Amino acid sequence: MGWRLDLQVPAPHFFKVVQMSDVSIETAKTSGASRREVGTASDFFALLKPRVMSLVVFTGFVGIAVAPGTLHPVLAFAALLCIAVGAGASGALNMWYDADIDARMMRTAERPIPQGRVTAGEALGFGATLSVISVVAMGLFVNHVAAALLAVTIAFYLFVYTMWLKRRTPQNIVIGGAAGAFPPMIGWAAVTGSVSLEPIILFLIIFMWTPPHFWALALYRKGDYTSVGVPMLPVVAGKHETRKQILIYSALLVPLTLLPVALGFAGAIYGAIAASAGAVFLALAWQIWQAGKHGDEPESDVRAKRLFLFSIFYLFLIFALFLVERVPGLYLPVI
Amino acid sequence: MALAHMDEKSRHEIDPPVWSEEMLKQRRARAKAMAWALLGFMVLVFAVTLVKLGANVLDRPM
Repeated sequence: MGWRLDLQVPAPHFFKVVQMSDVSIETAKTSGASRREVGTASDFFALLKPRVMSLVVFTGFVGIAVAPGTLHPVLAFAALLCIAVGAGASGALNMWYDADIDARMMRTAERPIPQGRVTAGEALGFGATLSVISVVAMGLFVNHVAAALLAVTIAFYLFVYTMWLKRRTPQNIVIGGAAGAFPPMIGWAAVTGSVSLEPIILFLIIFMWTPPHFWALALYRKGDYTSVGVPMLPVVAGKHETRKQILIYSALLVPLTLLPVALGFAGAIYGAIAASAGAVFLALAWQIWQAGKHGDEPESDVRAKRLFLFSIFYLFLIFALFLVERVPGLYLPVI
Repeated sequence: MALAHMDEKSRHEIDPPVWSEEMLKQRRARAKAMAWALLGFMVLVFAVTLVKLGANVLDRPM
């Protein structure tokens, strides 16, 4: 044979279902015989990863709000709904594909598929149907550029991140992070029908924010990722290297968030608050680095959790500031 | 033994279609949620159609 299956890398879920000899167990787990309950509406809603969806909807909304031109409120609502449903659908497809590792990770073991409340097939059908509906609806209701970007986002998250990168490289969330960065660009395209420098910068802010955000999580959840063989950076390169990378990406992120001020599409209020919040972000990253340097792993994990939580607030804040400056009188040009 | 190699009779022996009252209740609730979602989608399509047609909605050649 010219190739072999590397047993260090867990085989994707569908390979396991087809190849493993205990296929009857796998199938029975999700069939009528062993199911004690049927997936409820809230189980299917959980497949859409509502917490991730809220960030996606918010950044998509900012893209719509800051874009030049106007979009009828009904069409803006339709565009946001399509973004939300598309993002949710890709979450469901991610849960379908990752059901095998989700079952073995503390953070994800309570999800509907590992719990047996929704079968993998149901999640696949649900996610695929919603993906098609969201893209087609975006194309018909809004415009084709926004629809194409939404399709790229879903495909990127499923095929590039979930299926290709996640189980193969520690760069998984660096490259895969692009999927989460598209929504403001889609929102912008929904209004203008095109993509320009401003939405690209919004994209880059989320793109650069993603690695320190997820690596902070991976630092204090390292055991989870190790046990399922997902090559997150702390698993492959160690915690020391991860702390260094968090610091580097944070140092790149903060100046990037100030670029809108330099380019004139954000003003003094945005600049002052973004700079202050950026300084806090950097300080938290520095504290993780320091704790690690002194060999205090438990303290490093505590600080990593602090950065993870702050990073969510930080991204909301940065994007909320773009909205705040749209209020008449609050945009104070710096240049 | 792989499920794919079982005959139809064996499959039913290990996988009887048992639906408890609770499961039926959950299924009904799910069907209702789906109906509401479809209704919402219909309303959205209707609203978008009106917006897209705009004033032309009344401009029909007789």
